[in-house]
Amino acid sequence: MSLLSVHGLKVAYGGIQAVRGIDLEVAEGELVCLIGANGAGKSSTLKGIMGLAHPRGEVLLAGERLHKLPTHAIAARGLALVPEGRGVFGRLTVAENLDMGAYARRDRAGIQADLARAYDLFPRLAERRAQLAGTLSGGEQQMLAIARALMGRPRLLLLDEPSMGLAPLMVRKIYETITMIAAEGVTLLLVEQNAHLALKVSQRAYVMESGEITLSGSSAELAANPRVRAAYLGE
Amino acid sequence: MDIFTQQLINGLVLGSIYALVALGYTMVYGILELINFAHGEVTMIGAMVALSVIGVLLGASPDLPGLMVVIAGLLVAIPACMALAFGIEKIAYRPLRKAPRLAPLITAIGVSIILQNVAMLVWGRQYVSFPAILPRGQHEILGAHITDLQIAIVVLSLLSMAGLWLLVEKTRLGRAMRATAQSKEVAELMGVNVDRVISYTFIIGAAIAAIAGVMVSAYYGLAHYYMGFMLGLKAFSAAVLGGIGNIAGAMLGGLLLGVIEALGAGYIGDLTGGFLGSHYQDVFAFLVLILVLVFRPSGLLGERVASRA
Repeated sequence: MSLLSVHGLKVAYGGIQAVRGIDLEVAEGELVCLIGANGAGKSSTLKGIMGLAHPRGEVLLAGERLHKLPTHAIAARGLALVPEGRGVFGRLTVAENLDMGAYARRDRAGIQADLARAYDLFPRLAERRAQLAGTLSGGEQQMLAIARALMGRPRLLLLDEPSMGLAPLMVRKIYETITMIAAEGVTLLLVEQNAHLALKVSQRAYVMESGEITLSGSSAELAANPRVRAAYLGE
Repeated sequence: MDIFTQQLINGLVLGSIYALVALGYTMVYGILELINFAHGEVTMIGAMVALSVIGVLLGASPDLPGLMVVIAGLLVAIPACMALAFGIEKIAYRPLRKAPRLAPLITAIGVSIILQNVAMLVWGRQYVSFPAILPRGQHEILGAHITDLQIAIVVLSLLSMAGLWLLVEKTRLGRAMRATAQSKEVAELMGVNVDRVISYTFIIGAAIAAIAGVMVSAYYGLAHYYMGFMLGLKAFSAAVLGGIGNIAGAMLGGLLLGVIEALGAGYIGDLTGGFLGSHYQDVFAFLVLILVLVFRPSGLLGERVASRA
């Protein structure tokens, strides 16, 4: 059974349909990516899964219906979204941001262990734990946003354009981290404009165009698909 | 007697009350960008409820120790104001959370008028006097007088401020409040029930307002259904002076405004050759408000309003 199943998800802003009733599955332990052009509805899909922006349709996490719940309750059930533009709390310290990631948890010992692991994984954040998050560089903020999401021990991690606006070296680092997280067994749904990268790290992929899913399959298959190559891989 | 020292003391006492009320304005503004004009009236209700309790207790047994009676009044006024603020937010502001900003602002003014009129119906148009039951010792420092009540007001204010500071900086709820103030959406994504955090913000501000209301009525010896209006405006000015949305700013702004007002009242007669008397003291709060808005709209400790991380 899928960990996440989405059926007929629709998201609209005013009269504009950003997501037009899509179906999507993510199995336990998988890294699935959602690629597509700017404005195809990728970010709106992730928001809709999290219950933001008044979505319609069904979202199930291991069979449990999430689509009737408010966002904070969805988060507490183990879905974490690293939003586009990272969304770190700029006037909170790095350490406080990480604490916020574990907000829904009550197991102090587990939180402490995960905090130690986060600092292990991102030594840069350990150095800057007392610094306000707003003073970090873009790449560091992205790492903080990912580390913060992991602090919630999510069953499914949603990443929205983690490479956006970052220098190539930083992009590589972020993607090394994503691969590592996936290797540890965290289930991931990745939204990315950079189709090259996304298809390289993921096992399966969906292609989104104007609010609809137009192609899906294994990432290797899609990377070889002439349409995908022409439209998203620039060949 | 040294006028300067005396007015400085008077100003700090008054200023600590302004600071407490200003905290309520600034906390709500920090989270909702709403100027809760009903907050002054919540302070007034706190004073009125406490005075009613004090009246009942004294009526039942006039020999009760005065300090205990006042504390009992305060202990009823605090939860009463908390419940009131919880209701105001839920009924008047929450349905307008996504409305254009003018709508909740006008609603706040409406709530303020409703509360004034309800208070007038319940407690009457007359001044309600605060019975003289508190210890009235007087001390001399640096050639000026300070009363037990003044000392108590300053100490209780500082304790309330310290308590609030600890709550906001050191607790899980405080962290959630600060996160919510920066981004409601991301706070929700962290599992924060933003509606509940907003309720808590109103409730905490109201508890502090109740303390301020009881203190201000004890200080002036009276309460009145209209007292929340001027007090609210001054506390709002204090919050703007410190930088609205900034908690330390509200504390600083309140104390500073109290001192400016007291010194202004003390010297305005000399400065204008007797043309204007000390009853013009209210002018100073609004003069300060205008000057701040013209020269430093973000306030003394405020940050640039535009940034939203």
